[in-house]
Amino acid sequence: MAGQSDPHFSLFSAEEVEFMAEDEMIEIVPNMRMDPLNLLCGDFGPFLPQIATQVPLWLAVALKRRGKCTIRPPEWLSVEKLTEALEAERESPRVFQPLPFHYVEISRLLFDHARDDIPDIYMVRSLVEDIRNVRFHKIEINLEEIQGRAHAVKIKNLSAMEVNIVRPFVVRALQAFYKHDSPEMIDQSDTTANRRPQVADHVPRRVVRR
Amino acid sequence: MASGSEEGGTGIQIDEYESLISTTDVELLKRAWRHEKAAPEILQYEGTLVQRIREQIQLMVETVEEFAESGIDPLTVSLYEMDLDRTQFLLRSYLRIRLHKIEKYMIHILKTDLWNRLSEQEQKFAKRCTDDLGKHLEQSVLSRLPDGYKSLLKQSTASEEDDMVSEPQLDTFVICKSKRDLGTFQLDDSGGVPVELLAGNLNILRYKSIKPLVESGQIDLV
Repeated sequence: MAGQSDPHFSLFSAEEVEFMAEDEMIEIVPNMRMDPLNLLCGDFGPFLPQIATQVPLWLAVALKRRGKCTIRPPEWLSVEKLTEALEAERESPRVFQPLPFHYVEISRLLFDHARDDIPDIYMVRSLVEDIRNVRFHKIEINLEEIQGRAHAVKIKNLSAMEVNIVRPFVVRALQAFYKHDSPEMIDQSDTTANRRPQVADHVPRRVVRR
Repeated sequence: MASGSEEGGTGIQIDEYESLISTTDVELLKRAWRHEKAAPEILQYEGTLVQRIREQIQLMVETVEEFAESGIDPLTVSLYEMDLDRTQFLLRSYLRIRLHKIEKYMIHILKTDLWNRLSEQEQKFAKRCTDDLGKHLEQSVLSRLPDGYKSLLKQSTASEEDDMVSEPQLDTFVICKSKRDLGTFQLDDSGGVPVELLAGNLNILRYKSIKPLVESGQIDLV
């Protein structure tokens, strides 16, 4: 039907989600001296050798890539904590563990650029993979259960990347439910005998060119 | 810091106050960008914010130029440039999304008070766009249609409303999060269970139902 509005500008690309994740703060240990940085997004530093300091993730990665610091992995990114989280995820089919909102993007960036700063990286990486899989599977199951009359959906503790992946489907599904549930629709189909003029729906028509 | 999840319920008031006074303009711009992306209709133009950001960017560009000339080490220069790039991206993307919405809904915007949400330059753009589009359609198609079907706005003279004008779909579902408990909420007048909006929960709701909350800043679109 030509009534679907074009959602493309309302979707975040994976890069944009990562862009937002890059503003999360993380701890680094510089190995050189540098003056404080007065950036548009905030003031950071001064940078002194061996003195830990907090900076946004994008800055940490930039410094790391030039060999100017080591990155301290966040507390939750450890074999211990992740194993706990994985077990908890597996135990409860309806509840999502409270992980950092950007855990997917943060772990990805650190795996790519700060391998040597993460102890037991192979273990950590496979744990994060497993957690992602278990959670995603849970999302699929929970979504299957959305029925009609669902005018609102509540989920706790979903992460940014998961929200973004699920968004297009959920939005369209709920939209379809809402439309088919709406009393106007039901009303219209009853009056074919009366030949009412077509109700204006003001929906942007689908672009046919190309 | 602003988008991280906060553990522990104690001191929430203090956290909010602190985050309020230390929110940078870049954070505010990021929020405006996210909201503009997620909302189906065009939102109020953040004129003062954009103006401040523009000035800060201008200052920063000049500072970076000075740095480059005065021989400050290239690492520092490149970090400043990265920060500049990030902010410029946000600003440009924000403006582009708005332009996209204007192009899509231009006639509707001209007709309603959404017009007031546009900046001066956007208004000029919208006006010119509509004029150009109108003229083009007139010349290429509408003038050759039979009488009674020549209008840009109506399908035919029998239409009661301007049904050729596309409107933003306010019924679109959006994903949102509130920072505080907002109590139970009646979603719409067709009955249905009122919904409780708790802090930190992700909700997927119709945009129309929560429009006033978004505008007052109590709910964040994700």
